[in-house]
Amino acid sequence: MRICGIALLAATLTGCSAAVLDPHGPIGRQEKLILIDSTVIMLAIVIPVIIATLAFAWWFRAGNSKAKRLPDWDYSGRIEFVVWAIPALVILFLGGIAWLSSHDLDPPKPLESSVTPLDIDVVSLDWKWLFIYPDAGVASVNKLVLPVGTPVRFHMTSATVMNSFFIPQLGSQVYTMAGMATRLNLMVDDPGDYHGLSAQFSGEGFSDMTFDVSALSRQDFEQWLDGTRTGGGILDASAYEALTHPSAKDPQHTYGTVSGDLFDAILMHPGAAPSAAQIEHSDSAE
Amino acid sequence: MLGKLTWAAIPFNQPIPLVTSIVMVCGILAILALITLKGWWPYLWNEWFASTDHKRIGVMYVALGLVMLIRGFADALMMRAQLALAQGGATGFLPPEHYDQIFSAHGTIMIFFVAMPFVIGLMNFVVPLQLGVRDVAFPVLNSVSFWLTASGVLLVNLSLFIGEFAKTGWLAYPPLSELAYSPGVGVDYYLWSLQISGLGTLLAGINFTTTILKMRTFGMSYMRMPIFCWTALASNLLIVAAFPILTATFALLLLDRYAGFHFFTDNLGGNAVMYINLIWCWGHPEVYILILPCFGVFSEVIATFSGKPLFGYHSMVVATMAICVLSFLVWLHHFFTMGASADVNGFFGVMTMIIAVPTGVKVFNWLFTMYGGSIRFTVPIYWTIGFMVTFTLGGLTGVLLSIPPADFVLHNSLFLIAHFHNVIIGGVVFGFMAGYNYWFPKAFGFTLDETLGKVIFWCWFIGFYLAFMPLYALGLMGATRRMQHYADPSWQPYMIAAFCGAALIFAGIGLMVVQLAWSIRTRERRRDLTGDPWNGRTLEWGTASPPPSWNFSVEPHVHGIDAFWAVKTKNKELHKVAESRYEADHKPHYETIHMPKRSGTGFVSAFFAVFLGFGLIWHIWWLVIVAVICCIGVLLRQAWDTDRDLYITAEELEDFDRRHPSLGAQL
Amino acid sequence: MNAANLALDAHGKPLPLSERGPASTWSMISFGFWLFLLSDIVIFSALFATYAVLSKATAGGPSGSDIFDLKNVFIETCCLLASSFTCGLMLIAAERRELQKFYLWAAVTWVLGACFIGLEVTEFSDLVARGFGPTHSAFLSAFFTLVGTHGCHVSSGLLWLLVMTAQVATLGLRTTVIRRLFCFSLFWHALDLVWIGVFTIVYLGSVHAA
Repeated sequence: MRICGIALLAATLTGCSAAVLDPHGPIGRQEKLILIDSTVIMLAIVIPVIIATLAFAWWFRAGNSKAKRLPDWDYSGRIEFVVWAIPALVILFLGGIAWLSSHDLDPPKPLESSVTPLDIDVVSLDWKWLFIYPDAGVASVNKLVLPVGTPVRFHMTSATVMNSFFIPQLGSQVYTMAGMATRLNLMVDDPGDYHGLSAQFSGEGFSDMTFDVSALSRQDFEQWLDGTRTGGGILDASAYEALTHPSAKDPQHTYGTVSGDLFDAILMHPGAAPSAAQIEHSDSAE
Repeated sequence: MLGKLTWAAIPFNQPIPLVTSIVMVCGILAILALITLKGWWPYLWNEWFASTDHKRIGVMYVALGLVMLIRGFADALMMRAQLALAQGGATGFLPPEHYDQIFSAHGTIMIFFVAMPFVIGLMNFVVPLQLGVRDVAFPVLNSVSFWLTASGVLLVNLSLFIGEFAKTGWLAYPPLSELAYSPGVGVDYYLWSLQISGLGTLLAGINFTTTILKMRTFGMSYMRMPIFCWTALASNLLIVAAFPILTATFALLLLDRYAGFHFFTDNLGGNAVMYINLIWCWGHPEVYILILPCFGVFSEVIATFSGKPLFGYHSMVVATMAICVLSFLVWLHHFFTMGASADVNGFFGVMTMIIAVPTGVKVFNWLFTMYGGSIRFTVPIYWTIGFMVTFTLGGLTGVLLSIPPADFVLHNSLFLIAHFHNVIIGGVVFGFMAGYNYWFPKAFGFTLDETLGKVIFWCWFIGFYLAFMPLYALGLMGATRRMQHYADPSWQPYMIAAFCGAALIFAGIGLMVVQLAWSIRTRERRRDLTGDPWNGRTLEWGTASPPPSWNFSVEPHVHGIDAFWAVKTKNKELHKVAESRYEADHKPHYETIHMPKRSGTGFVSAFFAVFLGFGLIWHIWWLVIVAVICCIGVLLRQAWDTDRDLYITAEELEDFDRRHPSLGAQL
Repeated sequence: MNAANLALDAHGKPLPLSERGPASTWSMISFGFWLFLLSDIVIFSALFATYAVLSKATAGGPSGSDIFDLKNVFIETCCLLASSFTCGLMLIAAERRELQKFYLWAAVTWVLGACFIGLEVTEFSDLVARGFGPTHSAFLSAFFTLVGTHGCHVSSGLLWLLVMTAQVATLGLRTTVIRRLFCFSLFWHALDLVWIGVFTIVYLGSVHAA
C-alpha cells in the first residue's frame, strides 16, 4: 500500500508541477531540502518497522509450525534500551534540524543579498489581495509584480478576518491578521508567472482569493512601476473603502497613486476602513 | 415570542438540506411509530434510557457514534464529490454558502460526536469489567454524561433543518466566527451544542479518573491493571485538564457574540490570537484523548491474539503517562505560521518531536509482543496490523510537519488534511473497529461475522489509501484546504481518485450495517457460551457474555497482571467451565450486594438541556429561563431522592452463576 | 474469598493501599469533587491568562488603576474570607450534630457571601453607569468576565447553601447530607483561593502597573 503511495508521489514529481517541490526562490529551495532530507531520514526507520510488522505477523502466525514460540517472553532490558534509544536519537537529530532551521528560515529574518531590499505592504480583504508599493507610491489588486533577484520585505495585515499569504513556489506562508503586522522575507530567482493564494479559510469568497505573481527582470520591473504610476487610479480613503466591500473574483487592477501611509492607517484602525484624516495623520506620524 | 426564529429558518429553497431533513424526520417518526406499536417503550426506558449500568451506557455511546458516523461521512462524500467536479469554470453542486457548512459540520461531528462517543463508549463498557468492579464511581453521573452528549447531537442535527450550521471550520476561529462576519445562528448552534456535550464529557472524565484511581478490585495495584485501563486513565486525566479550557474559550466567544464583549473582535483591543492559543491548548490534548485508549485497545488485542503477555508492560505505562504530560506542551505546532518568534517555533517543534519518542516505543513493544507469539488472524488483528502500518506513516508526516520551515509550506494544505486523517483514521477509527469486534461478544453474547468483518477492513484500508494518498500529493502541489473549487486541471485526477477512495470507505460503512444485521440474524451459529471466545487474558473474559448487571457475583482477588490468564493457566484447562469438583472445593461465598437503581435524571436533564440550547441559539429568552428552572428542578429532585439502592440477594447471584457458568467463579 | 476491605495480606503484613480493593464511598466522593474543583480552576486559569494578555488592551479607555476602588475590594475580601471561616464553623457544628449552631453559622456564612456579591454588583453597575462596561474594551471584557465568573460561582454557592440548609431541615444530618456539606465547604474554600488570585493579579496588579 505504501509502495503505491510512493509510486503516486513519484508520478507526481515527474509528471506535473508539484509547486512546493518546484521552488523558484532561496527560501522555497531550503524548505524543499528540509522536506526531502527529513523524509529520507525517517523512512530509514519507518520502512524497516513496516516490513517487520508484516514479517512478524506472517512468520508468527498460528499455522506456521516452523516458527519458534516464546509464550512467556515479555521483557528484555536490551531491547527496551534500543527501543527507547533509536527514536530518541532520530528525534535528537531531527530536533536539531528543527531548531536550527526555525532560526535560519524565520520569516522576518532578512535575506542575505547585496541588492537593496524592496518593501511591499500586503492587505488581505474580503476576498481579494491588495499590494502596496510604499516607495513607488503605487498599488495593485490581485496581481503581485516582483523583481527577480531582489529580496522582498513583506509587511502584512488584514482588513477583516485571518488569511494566510502564500506563494507555494517561493516558500513560506505567514498569516495576516487585523490590527497586527506580520513580516515575511522572500526572493524570486527566476522570471516567470507564479500562483498565490490564501491558505487560511476566510469565508464565502475564499476559494477565489488567488492572485497572480509576475516575476520580471529588474529593468522590466522598473518599467512596470513607471507604467503603473502613469496609469492612473488613486487609492485614497474612499477608493479603499470601496475595496472593503465584500466581493470575490475582482479583476486585477492598479492604482497610480496611494494616499499617505495607507498600510499604517489600516493597521492602526482595525475593523473599519480608515478615514481620510486618519490616513493623513498616519503619514505625518512617520 | 420566538426570538430570531422565523419560517425563513427552514431551508425550503435549498434542495439538499430540505430533502435530507425530510428523510431524517420521516425515518425518526417511523422508528418512533414502530416502537410505540410494538410496545417497546417500557423496555427501552427501564433497560436502556434510564439505565445506570456502565455496560448499557457504553453500548448507547457506541450506537450514537455509529449513527453520527453516517452523517459525518455523508458530509465527507459530498465534499469529495464537489471537489471531483469543481475544476476550472465548473461550480460543482454545492455553492460556497452550503459547502462551508458541510466541511465545518464534517469536522465537528467526526471529532465530537463520532470519535469521542466511540472512545468513551469503549472505556465505559470495558474499564469496570477489567478492574473487577461492578460499576463506575458515579453511575447516575455516567448516565447524565451520555445524555448530555446526545443533546449536543440533537442540536447539531437540528441545525440541518432549522437554521444553518457554522461556516467557519470545525474550530471557529475569530474574527470570522464573531458576529460581524458570522451574523447567523450557525456559530451559535456550534457553540451551544459543544458546550452542552462538553460538560457531559468533563463529567465522564471525572467519573473515570475516580473509578480507575479509587475503585479497583482486591490485589489490583496500579501495576497490575490491564494496559487499557492505564490508557483510559491517561485519557481521562487529559479530559479533566483540557476540557475546561474549551468551556472557557467558547464562553468568551459567546460573550463576544451575545453581549458585545471584545475578547477576539477586530476592534477595541480584541485579540484573535488569544483564541487560537486557548483553543489549541485544548485541541492538542483532545487528539491524545482520542488516541490513547485506542493504543490500549491495540495492546490488549495483540497480547490476546498472540497468546503472549504484552511486551514491556512497565515501559508502555511510562510511555503512556509521558504522552499524557507532553501533550500539553506542543499546542503551538498548529499555528507555526502565525508569526511567533524563531525561538518559540523551534521550542514547540522540538517538543512535538519528543512526543514521537514514547509513541515509537509503543510501536516497537507491539512488534515484540508479536515476536514469538502464535498469532491468530481474527478481525481485530487485521485492524491492528493495518493500524501499525498506517499510523507509522501518519506519524512520519506528523514529525515532518513539526519542523517549522516544513510547516511553512504545508500548513493548511491538503497535505495537512492527509496527515491528520492518516493518524485519526489509522489510529482512532481502526482502534475503535478493533475494540468493537473484540468486545462485541462480551456485550451481546455472540461474535460478529468474521468474513464480513474482513471485507469491511479491506474496504476501509484500501479506501483510506485511495482517498488520502492523492491528498498528500495535492498538498505538495500547492492545494490548500477548504477550497470549494480550484483552477488547476492537473489536480482533478487526484480529486477523482480521492472520491473513489471515499466511496470505497462508504461501502465499508454500509457493510458494517449489513454485518450487524446479518450477525444478529445468524447469532446462534456464533454464540459465546463460555464468556471467553478469544482465550483472553483480562478479567472481563471471566464473566458471562453478556455479564449480569452486577458484573462479578463475587469480587475477584488478583495477584498479578493478566489475572484471568493466571487463573486459566493454574487450572490448566482452557475453556472449561466450573465443574462440580471445582464447585465443591471452591464454592464462592455469595453475599447480598447493592447496585444503583435506574434513574431518569440523565435523560430528563438532557431533555431540558436541548431546550436550553435551542432557546439560547434563537434568543428565545423565556424558553431559556424555563429550561434553567427545570434543570435546577431536576438537580433538586436528585438531591432529595433517598431511595437509590437496589439489592441483589445471594440466592439470585448463585442462581445466575449456576445458569451461566464461567471461569469467573475461580477468580 | 469474599471479605471486606482487607488491610492485611495472607502473611499478616499490611497491604499497600492500592491493593485493598475499592475505596469507601466517602473517599470516592471527596476525590471526585476535588477533581471537579481542579477542572474549575483550569477554567479560571484560562480566564487569568486571557486577562493577563488583554490587561493592556484598553483601546484608549481606562486601565485598571483608573477604575478600581481598592477600599471596596478590601471589604469584599474581608467578607469572603470571614465567610470561609464561618463555613468551617458550620461544618464542625454539623459533624457534632449541633443543629442550632449549624443553622446559625450557615446563616452567617450566607449573609457574608451575600454582602460580597452585593458589593461586587454595586462595583459593576457603577462602572457600567460611568461608561466603563465590558463592551468598551478588551481589558474591560476580560476584567468583568474574570471577576464576574468568580462572582457567578459565589452566587451558585449561595444557592447551594440554601439548598443544603433545606436538606438539613428535611432530611436531617444523615451521611449523604454531611458528605454534600463537606463538598460545599471545599467549594467555598476553593473560591476563596481563586479570590486571592483575583485581588492579587487584578486589583493589586493594577497598582503596580500605574
